[in-house]
Amino acid sequence: MSEDRSVAGEATLHYTLHVNGSDRDVADAWLGESLLYVLRERLGLPGTKNACDQGECGSCTVLADGLPVCSCMMLAAAAVGRDIVTVEGLGDDGELTDVQQAFVDHGAVQCGFCTPGLIVAADHLLSVNPEPTELEIREAISGNLCRCTGYGRVIAAIAGVAEERAASTG
Amino acid sequence: MSVRVAESLEEVCSLLAADPATSLLAGGTDFMVEVNYNHRRPSSVVVIDRVPELTGWRRHNGRVELGAAMTYAEMEHPLFAAYVPALAQAARTVGSPQIRNAGTLGGNLATASPAGDTLPPLAALDARITICSVRGTREVGLDELIVGPKQNTLAPDEVIRSVTVPVVDGPQEFLKVGTRNAMVISVATVALVLDRARRSVHLALGSVAPVPVRATEAEEWIAGVVDWDAPEVPLDDVLTRFGELAAAASVPIDDHRSTADYRRHAVAVMARRALARVLS
Repeated sequence: MSEDRSVAGEATLHYTLHVNGSDRDVADAWLGESLLYVLRERLGLPGTKNACDQGECGSCTVLADGLPVCSCMMLAAAAVGRDIVTVEGLGDDGELTDVQQAFVDHGAVQCGFCTPGLIVAADHLLSVNPEPTELEIREAISGNLCRCTGYGRVIAAIAGVAEERAASTG
Repeated sequence: MSVRVAESLEEVCSLLAADPATSLLAGGTDFMVEVNYNHRRPSSVVVIDRVPELTGWRRHNGRVELGAAMTYAEMEHPLFAAYVPALAQAARTVGSPQIRNAGTLGGNLATASPAGDTLPPLAALDARITICSVRGTREVGLDELIVGPKQNTLAPDEVIRSVTVPVVDGPQEFLKVGTRNAMVISVATVALVLDRARRSVHLALGSVAPVPVRATEAEEWIAGVVDWDAPEVPLDDVLTRFGELAAAASVPIDDHRSTADYRRHAVAVMARRALARVLS
């Protein structure tokens, strides 16, 4: 990590993050920027949403070394060396994942603002627990607020993916 | 201005010694709220979440040593929960899965919130906390580290390295009251440890005083009532008395989360419920 002097005289940081499988340079950054800010404003990845900026809502959920975390609670410069995956990095380019498709099919998207965070949380749940109970689904999304209160359909969508995957693997 | 991802405890201590104004960053779940809301503008940061001496846990001489950077999610793990169940239960109630993957034990201690959920189990277990700096290592009890709401006794050049708790023979309970199950800051908590070998009961209360408190009168009274050779669920009047003594040890306040009256009531209910569970 190197330090520069900006025009205004305040030092800025240069560092490299590993996001969605690629090394991404971050230049002229302020020390206190959250990973959420850097993803959205510097790296052109607006899928991760910003609602509360204090870890309450889960809209900004990303995977850090495979674990769901709030990207607003992670200092971007401290994410150096971590493997970061955002909602944009879950599927193949332009294709919906089965979790995303299930959200569409089950009508689990209303205003859509909480959806990316829920998708990341659901994707992680199903990767570590392929056949979750309803209670385990509720627990896995307990850190993701949906103010349209569409939880019933979100839970149905996640349960549906688990069933489909189980059926397709026989 | 710099952000350093520290690779050893020695490096953390020397960076702190060189610049005591530097901020230590572990899980970030308290730190980043302050930064995001412009309540803190750090000039330099040392990231300690990957320092080997601060991560993970191990058994040692009948005790469990927890690295300060151990996350709540790691404390929930069944292998850990088998040794320190009250702490695992407390960790399980913190925030959300996202918060539990990031937040750490050392952060809960250093933040020193009256509502810190790991604090009552640590108080009930007489945890010892190891603190390091270039000047050396010292060990303190919880009541020496946390002396008021959000007030700890760490010197600017010190870092919490680890916490040790005994492996106790007997069941443990942690109970918490809040407005929902997830993402809630405690209104009141109790941690209860039954120590069969020492024939003692340890009860600690959280969110009902400026710092975590032990209900020593309740502990001493119940230890004399329990039939240690054949423990069984006490009669209702014993449970009620235990709850009353527990509530009497609390010094709660009215605030935006609850009232002092309700907190005293909740402590009494949780204390007797926890006692009935550990003796059933």
